[in-house]
Amino acid sequence: MGPVARIQDNFARFLDSDIWYSFRTSPVTVVATVLAIVMIVAAVIAPLITPQDPFDPASLDLLDAFTAPVWTEDGQWRFPLGTDDQGRDLYSAILYGSRISIGVGFASVILSIIIGVTLGLIAGYVGGTTDAVIMRIADVQISFPALLVALLLNGVLRSVLPGSSHETLALVVIIFSIGMSIWPQFARTVRGSTMVEKSKEYVQAARVIGLSSRAIMFRHVLPNVMGPVLVIGTINLAIAVLLEATLSFLGVGVPPTEPSLGTLIRIGQDFLFSGEWWIVIFPGVFLALLVLSVNLLGDWLRDALNPKLR
Amino acid sequence: MIAFVIRRLFQALLVMLVVALIGFTMFRYVGDPVAQMVGQDTSLEDRAKLRQDLGLNDPVPLQFARFIGNTVQGKFGISYRIGRPVDELLADRLPATLELSLLAALFAIVVGVPLGVYTGLYPRRWLSHVFLTVSLIGISLPTFVIGILLILLFGVTLGWLPTFGRGETVDIGLWDTGLLTVSGWQSIIMPAFTLGMFQLALIMRLVRSEMLEVLRTDFVKFARARGLSNRAVHFGHALKNTLVPVITITGLQVGSLIAFAIITETVFQWPGMGLLFLQAIQFVDIPVMSTYLILVAFIFVVINLIVDLLYYVVDPRLRVERSGGGH
Repeated sequence: MGPVARIQDNFARFLDSDIWYSFRTSPVTVVATVLAIVMIVAAVIAPLITPQDPFDPASLDLLDAFTAPVWTEDGQWRFPLGTDDQGRDLYSAILYGSRISIGVGFASVILSIIIGVTLGLIAGYVGGTTDAVIMRIADVQISFPALLVALLLNGVLRSVLPGSSHETLALVVIIFSIGMSIWPQFARTVRGSTMVEKSKEYVQAARVIGLSSRAIMFRHVLPNVMGPVLVIGTINLAIAVLLEATLSFLGVGVPPTEPSLGTLIRIGQDFLFSGEWWIVIFPGVFLALLVLSVNLLGDWLRDALNPKLR
Repeated sequence: MIAFVIRRLFQALLVMLVVALIGFTMFRYVGDPVAQMVGQDTSLEDRAKLRQDLGLNDPVPLQFARFIGNTVQGKFGISYRIGRPVDELLADRLPATLELSLLAALFAIVVGVPLGVYTGLYPRRWLSHVFLTVSLIGISLPTFVIGILLILLFGVTLGWLPTFGRGETVDIGLWDTGLLTVSGWQSIIMPAFTLGMFQLALIMRLVRSEMLEVLRTDFVKFARARGLSNRAVHFGHALKNTLVPVITITGLQVGSLIAFAIITETVFQWPGMGLLFLQAIQFVDIPVMSTYLILVAFIFVVINLIVDLLYYVVDPRLRVERSGGGH
C-alpha cells in the first residue's frame, strides 16, 4: 500500500470510529472545537490579520487614546473594538496578547508533561523508595493550589535573578512557575498506568533480552501510557492559560510592554470607573471564551476516551 | 484508631517541617538578610556585628533549629519593606481574609448543595440544564473577570455597592470585624460572591454526580421498595451518603479559598493577607513571603487532618477495613 492510500485508509477508519461519531453528535463540542481552533489560528497569524503592531511604540498615536468601539457614537472603523489609554487598537492588542497567553500555556503544559511523565515513569517502574519519595512530593504539592505554588516560585525566581534580567526573562520565569506547579497530575496518572504496563509480557520480554531499564521505560512503556496524558494535557492547557492570565493580572506575570490577555485586563481595570469599559471587557470575554472552549473540548475528550462511561 | 491518629499527626508534622525548611532556605539564601535590613551607608563592622547578633555565623542546622523555635513562638522577623514585625502585619490582615473566606464558603455550601441535589434528582428538567450551564461558566470564567463584571454592573453602572475596601470596621478586642456595620456588609457582598462562585460550581457538580451515583445503588432501590416516601429516600438515604465526599472536598477547598482570596483581594482592594503577600512578592519581601507560606501550609495541614479524622468518624466502613486489615 502506498503512503497516499495508507493515509486515505486511516482517514476512512477515523471517520468510521466511535470517537468521530461521539464528536459529530455533540454540537457543544463541535462549536467549542471550532471556536478554540479559530482563536488559536487567529493568535498565530495575528500579524497578518491586524492593522497595527501593538508592541511597537512607533505605531501608536496618543491622540487615538480612549476611542470607543465602532458601534458607539465616537467609534471609528480604524479601531473596531476601540483603543486603550495609549492609543493601542484593542482588536490587535487582544490577538497579540492571546498569542502570548496561548504560547505560555502550551509551553508550560509541555514543560510539566516532560517533568511529570519522566518522574511518573521512574516512580512507577523503579518503585520502592524512589517511588515513595517522588509521590510524597507530588502529594504534598497537589494539596496546595497551583496558583499558590506558581506565585511562590515566581517570587523566589524573581528575587534570585538579577533585577536587570527581569524583563527579558519574564516569559521564562512564568513558564517555569506554571510548569512546575501542575506536573504532579501527570506524574500520578503516568505512575498508575506504568505500574499496570510493567507487569505485562512485552516488558518482561524486553527485560529478558537484556534491554536497559531506561530503554524499556522510554521506548516501550512510554508510548503505552501517553493516552491519558493527552486528555489531562488538554484540561491543563485551560488551567495554564488561566494561571498565566491570573499571574499577569496580579502584576507578576509578563511585562506591560508586551501585554498578554491578563495584563490587558489589569491595565483596563484602571479605566473601569471613568467609563472606558471596553478596555477591560473585550480581553476578558476573549479569555473566558478561550478557556471555556478548551475546557469543553477537554471534558468531551475525557468522556470519549473513557470506556467506562460508554 | 489511635495508631491512625498518631500516623496522621506524624505526617502532618513532617509536611510542616519540609515547609519550614523551604521558608528557612528562602530567608537565609535568597538575597542577603543583612543587606536587606540596613541602609547603604552602614559600615562593614556594623554589618558584621549585625550578622553575629542575628546568629548568621552559626552552623546551619543550629540556625534552622532557631528558625523553627522562633516560628513556633510566632516570631517571624521584620518585614523588609514596611519595617514592622511580620506577626503584627499578619494579625492586622488575618480577620479581613478569614471573614471573606468563611462567608464565601458559607455562600458556596448553602447555595451549592441544594442546587446539586436538584440537578441530581431531576437531571432532565430544563432548570437543571440552566444550572449546569451556569456552573460551567462559573468554572471557566476567571475569578478576576467575574469580579470586574460585578464592579462594572453593581458598582459603576448601578452604583449600589462599594467597589473597594472593607467599609467601616468595628474593633472587638483582638478581632477587627466588618460584619457589624451596614457598610461592612455592603462591602463584603461582591468579594464574597466572586470568591464563592467557583466553589459553588464545584460543590454543585460534585453533589450532582454523587447523587446520580447513589440513586442507582441497591440500597436506594430497596428503600423505595420498602415504600418509603420520596422525601425520606432522597434526603434520609441518598443525600446522607453523598455527604462524605462532599465534606472532604469542601474541607480541602477551604485552602484554595485562601489562595483565590489573593485574586479577589486584588480586584476589590480588600485589605487582607493575600494583598499583603502579593505586595511582598512584588517587592521581594522574604520574611512576609516565607511567613505567609508557613501560615497557609499550617492552615492546610490542619484542615487536611480534620478532614481525614472526620472521614474516619463519618464513614464506619473505613474503621472496619482498617481493623480487618490487621494494621
